[in-house]
Amino acid sequence: MIKKILSGLIVIALVVAFLIIWKPAIDETDRPSADSFSQDQIAKGKIVAGLGNCASCHTSDPSKPLAGGVDFPTPFGTLYSTNISPHPEKGIGTWSEEAFVRAMREGVSRDGSHLYPAFPYTHFTKVTDEDLSALYAYVMSRQAVDYQGPDNQLGFPFNLRMLQAGWKTLFFDGERFQADDSKGDAWNRGAYIAEGLGHCTACHSPRNAFGAEIEDEAYNGAVVDNWYAPALNTTHAAPVPWTEDELFQYLRAGGSKWHGIAAGSMSSVVHKGLTEAPDDDVRALAIYFQDLTGADNNAKAAEVATSHVSQAQDMTDPTTRSGEEIFSSACASCHYNAPSSLKAARPELSLNSAVTAPDPVNLLRITLHGIDEPTGLRGLAMPGFGPGLSDADLIALAQYLRQSSGQPPWENMEQHVQDARQL
Amino acid sequence: MTIQFQLNGEALSLDVPEDTPLLWAIRDHAGLTGTKFGCGIGMCGACTVHLNGRATRSCITTVGSVSGQQITTIEGLDENGEHPLQQAWVEAQAPQCGYCQSGQIMQAATLLEDFPNPTDEQINQVMSGNLCRCMAYIRIRKAIHLAAGSNESSSAGSPQFFEPGQEEMSNA
Repeated sequence: MIKKILSGLIVIALVVAFLIIWKPAIDETDRPSADSFSQDQIAKGKIVAGLGNCASCHTSDPSKPLAGGVDFPTPFGTLYSTNISPHPEKGIGTWSEEAFVRAMREGVSRDGSHLYPAFPYTHFTKVTDEDLSALYAYVMSRQAVDYQGPDNQLGFPFNLRMLQAGWKTLFFDGERFQADDSKGDAWNRGAYIAEGLGHCTACHSPRNAFGAEIEDEAYNGAVVDNWYAPALNTTHAAPVPWTEDELFQYLRAGGSKWHGIAAGSMSSVVHKGLTEAPDDDVRALAIYFQDLTGADNNAKAAEVATSHVSQAQDMTDPTTRSGEEIFSSACASCHYNAPSSLKAARPELSLNSAVTAPDPVNLLRITLHGIDEPTGLRGLAMPGFGPGLSDADLIALAQYLRQSSGQPPWENMEQHVQDARQL
Repeated sequence: MTIQFQLNGEALSLDVPEDTPLLWAIRDHAGLTGTKFGCGIGMCGACTVHLNGRATRSCITTVGSVSGQQITTIEGLDENGEHPLQQAWVEAQAPQCGYCQSGQIMQAATLLEDFPNPTDEQINQVMSGNLCRCMAYIRIRKAIHLAAGSNESSSAGSPQFFEPGQEEMSNA
């Protein structure tokens, strides 16, 4: 009898597992012709694609747009983005809109196999039907690119896609965006973009051992791809909280006088993705994030900035004097500011996000390797000081700046510097 | 690899590696030798030129990082060599050996953009990365004050970057 019950339970468990794991293939279709979509829809889809910044992850070579091949090193191995151009064999040219929407919302490929959550379907599931439809129109009317990126390099058991089904039962709810009626339209629009298409927490939140975002640490900041994506909530160490106006300037132009310049992975968000978005959408994001940062108004923030920079400049401390001397020789020509008239083009380092961050990787990478013209603020570049500064110089400089920002010294700097020189 | 940028208003196209120092392009390829080589590691300021109107150390700035941008050297700061700073330099008899002066002037031009009426402290801070081995610092500072007094808005070096918060970007 017990044996029968046990085998019954095993059968039930297998059936349940099968139902969770198994997803049907969706039939291939002919690629819809470009004129089957309205120009309005394609134009809207272009904005949607920009808000999602699809092209940055899915383009490894500008001459092969949306053809994938970008590598994503993870603790589980290296993933490569796929070709999402409408090529019939190598891209998604034979995907119906139904298959496309399922991939976006459930993380399941047309053939029924599970996608890895490096593709942020956990966010895209929040996107509206209308936006997904426009995105489909945009993607399917792009150039079909005949290119196949490298195969994923994942060790056992992470190479078993069916295990993703288990991951989904643990970490994926698949809910559409729910507006918060206690907030205004712009806030909700910002929240919709940030949590859905924009998938901001994909970089700005820490992840657990399974690579899933830790929900109650959302926007606490995290290191992704050897860049630190700063906290976007009240845990941010910025001396001046992010106000709506500064968020808007930063997201629109790529720099803020109180925080610094978009670099690293954020550069393409500003200069590629968001360039497609209208001011209203960028403003909505700014409104949403100001709410998260708990910032006061601009006038108050300006007072804080002035007083902080004045104090930083008055600071005298023999223990950081060598760093201060290096700052004077190498940095002050561009980074010294009058406390009451700060400019984004002269990034004030005592306020800078790279300096106040808990991880020094951003400051070290930028100091060593600089910022190319198209990366940061348009028209500006910073040269790299890697060859000129010894490790000891760099550490002294970094700790001096750290102190001027009001933060404790960074630890393990020798290792951090050696690592950053390899990047 | 072909890299193009504007040098003193003229298009320059070079077939050089991306990491070629801008200073090499300016001196060896374009033949403009007013910009000097000093330390080669961005610590002395002798090689200072303008990238879109802002001072940058050309010895450590790679040509690849400024592709398509406007570079101005001392030769292009003012077509007649009469930038307010250049006039002030003569008036104050600032140079001694003269090796650092083109870098000093280019740096000072950006200083005056950002600090139209600079205090001694501001001049000291912003100019501290421009070394003068003749120790002409007092006269250099005097010349900067003179230039600030004579003409608060310099002409050739006006910035072409986008300062967030400005209404429009002045594209060249």
